[in-house]
Amino acid sequence: MDEQTRYLVVGASHAGLEALRAIRLADQEGSLTLATRDASLPYSPTVLPYVVSGRSDPERVFLRDGGFFEAQGVCYLSGARLAHLDCGDNRAVFASGARIRYEKLLLATGASPVVPPIPGLDQVPFHVLRTLSDAVRLRAALQGAKQAVVLGAGLIGMHAAENLAKAGARVTVIEMQSQVLPGYFDAEPASLIQKAFADHGVHVLTGMRVLAARQRDGACAVTIAGGETLKADLLLVSTGVEPEIAYLNGCPVEMDRGILVDDAMLTSVSNVWAAGDVAQARGFFSNGTKVLNAILPDAAEQGRIAGMAMAGDPAARFYRGGVPLNTYHFFGQHAVSVGVSGEGEDHEVHQEFDARHGRYLKIVIKDNRLQGIFGINVALDGGIMWELILRGVDLGPVKGEFITRPQETGRVLMSRIWR
Amino acid sequence: MGKAYNTVAFKPQFCDGCGDCMWACAQAKAGSDDPADSRIQVVAAADGGYELALCRQCGDPRCVAVCPAGALAKDQDSGLIAWDGERCVDCLLCTMGCSFGGIALGGVAGRVVKCDLCGGDPQCVKACSSGALRYITTSRIYNEVGNLEDLFAPGLGGCQGCNTELLMRHSLRRVGPDTVLATPPGCVPGMGSVGYNGQAGTKVPVFHPLLSNTSAMLAGVRRFYKRKGRDVTAMALAGDGGTADVGFQSLSGAAERGEEVLFICIDNEGYMNTGMQRSGCTPYGAWTSTTPVGDERKGKTQDAKNLPLLMVMHNCRYVATASTAFMEDLYAKLDKAIAASQRGFAYLHVYSPCTTGWRFPAHHNIEVARKAVESNFVMLWEFDPESGLRITRPLDNPLPVSEYLKGMGKYRHLDQDQIEHIQDKVNENAELLASLSRGRTRLFPGSS
Repeated sequence: MDEQTRYLVVGASHAGLEALRAIRLADQEGSLTLATRDASLPYSPTVLPYVVSGRSDPERVFLRDGGFFEAQGVCYLSGARLAHLDCGDNRAVFASGARIRYEKLLLATGASPVVPPIPGLDQVPFHVLRTLSDAVRLRAALQGAKQAVVLGAGLIGMHAAENLAKAGARVTVIEMQSQVLPGYFDAEPASLIQKAFADHGVHVLTGMRVLAARQRDGACAVTIAGGETLKADLLLVSTGVEPEIAYLNGCPVEMDRGILVDDAMLTSVSNVWAAGDVAQARGFFSNGTKVLNAILPDAAEQGRIAGMAMAGDPAARFYRGGVPLNTYHFFGQHAVSVGVSGEGEDHEVHQEFDARHGRYLKIVIKDNRLQGIFGINVALDGGIMWELILRGVDLGPVKGEFITRPQETGRVLMSRIWR
Repeated sequence: MGKAYNTVAFKPQFCDGCGDCMWACAQAKAGSDDPADSRIQVVAAADGGYELALCRQCGDPRCVAVCPAGALAKDQDSGLIAWDGERCVDCLLCTMGCSFGGIALGGVAGRVVKCDLCGGDPQCVKACSSGALRYITTSRIYNEVGNLEDLFAPGLGGCQGCNTELLMRHSLRRVGPDTVLATPPGCVPGMGSVGYNGQAGTKVPVFHPLLSNTSAMLAGVRRFYKRKGRDVTAMALAGDGGTADVGFQSLSGAAERGEEVLFICIDNEGYMNTGMQRSGCTPYGAWTSTTPVGDERKGKTQDAKNLPLLMVMHNCRYVATASTAFMEDLYAKLDKAIAASQRGFAYLHVYSPCTTGWRFPAHHNIEVARKAVESNFVMLWEFDPESGLRITRPLDNPLPVSEYLKGMGKYRHLDQDQIEHIQDKVNENAELLASLSRGRTRLFPGSS
């Protein structure tokens, strides 16, 4: 007979764990099963580059310990990859054959790496970095690596490139777009970041396509546009991720690029919710269009909202919309990006760029409301900026002050709002 | 039951931006003189005044939720959100989770810092001379008292916003089950202390004496149980009418004889239960139904009697004033009063703003109580024969009494002369109290 549970949460990273927390705040009794494809305790994909570098001990990256689940009355099911969903029967079928019937289901299954269609790539050994075992494997491969090639200059690729370089490898990063970290920073600040990498011996090729990959002398050979061939005894593919939704084949759950959800993270099926990298939800800047916003703080937020809705928490609230945001730490420098840099006629843009000191600050304001703020080596409280955007705080009375001292002025505004 | 925690509170109106808190923090945490190393950041606002960026040690912390390395965790015993530098990978995502600026890059390149409350002895608060920062430890009361049995029945019926129910429940659960309670006519029995429809309102023996004989009856009850060899607290919860006016002769007699009684006066400055008539405790200028405001009269024309000082002059074992806006102070005094009532007469005078009779919004009760104290209209002190009279909250830098008066309908009619009269009376009372407490003046040189 199938196992029964009131709440089934699939995925044990930030969205799943926050949902669990929210459910248990409102319902201490209801049976709760947390299932994850990983064999270990829960961890965050974001910590993996630090496992690769050796900074984080793979035994000490777990976000909860076993005792936590026991104390919370949660059945923690590791090594459980969701294979199929039978929405009609409220039944989840796992790759192991286990079947669980649920009353309410949260899909927080995250994302998986996308492997680009490069001829020959499927014939060569390459790494991806999404799971703890990926990270442990990559770290082991690092020991003998002299030449590393990283495909993709997103956050994972850049984090990994830095750590590969610190481990002593000669690293080349190849990015198809014309800059590093597209989507988070404009070209100018991206050039600052790219320069830091160049200063530390990392070769970054932007606007560059990879034509082919093949095996040669026990290593990979990557041929790039122009015909040059790069040798790599370690190849990392980090060209992006896509929602992990294959198990939904044949389900009535509506999907686009991810699982479509409303502002309570509810899918088109009335007892199935989705949160985190797998969910496609309201974008704050997209006029109601639903977007993928695969970023950790938003996953936590979505998980919490879903959990409250699932447990019928009377304090449940609605999602205010996904804001692109990130923090980035590289070679002792730091960058913060919150919101959008879109420039229209009705946008005021204030920009300071001090290439010599490696400082960059850009503030985008529309109708006296903050739209985006981006800084490199400028102290900013990302959480305050995020809240100023979400609340549409009127910057009119303090605009001049905000532009010259964004951190202090943001702190004053939020300190007053919270009081 | 959950736990409550201590916290650093900030009153921006007192902050003068001196920066001593930041200096103290930088010294304590980084051995530096640079305010940038401080984990508490006071920020000047463009339009004047100062604001604060400091970790709130949130109950439901987002910084912890967004940490990918398990480097942040809330300690369920201390309430502290602790940062583990070994696990931290410097990704700075925690700064994205905090909307207070409470965790941010610190002096050491690339590493975040946050307040750790200095292990319960925050140096910033110690260094603050303006009173803007305070370390609030009232959670102790909740943690200590929260699990004591509530000895009043559920469903007491007070006016909306009245703090008397709070006082009744708090004091009785502290005194405990070995108690005989007397509640003379007034708001307390009106709210149901003696019960409704034959059902008792408390889980201890309770009786409803006359206004005039409360202390006499309690004295007898205590003596009876003592003779029987039982240690029972004889306790009164009475209004100011039942204490200062109608109840005074028996109160005075019992105090003078040193009866072992715990007498708590809930002073709402009048007979509020029966229609808001004036009492001996009604202040000058106040509107009541018997001191109306019209063409001829503008409220009460006499000053209130200073009942707690009258009780001091009885040389009671213990006399104190208290306010529900200062619960730690109230609890400390309640403990002393309970102890003293085992040896003699203990008198506790608690101010209880009356939402209905004083005419202010129901949600302002504690604020009215606080302003009364902050303006010295009500002064907090205690007395016992050995130590003399001691002021428990400094009388320095009071708010103008008009700040207190303007919050209530019963003073709305006051003219400038009346306000000045009240201010003069407040100043006079403060001077009297200061002189009585100065150098622990022995009020009763003969007593030991």
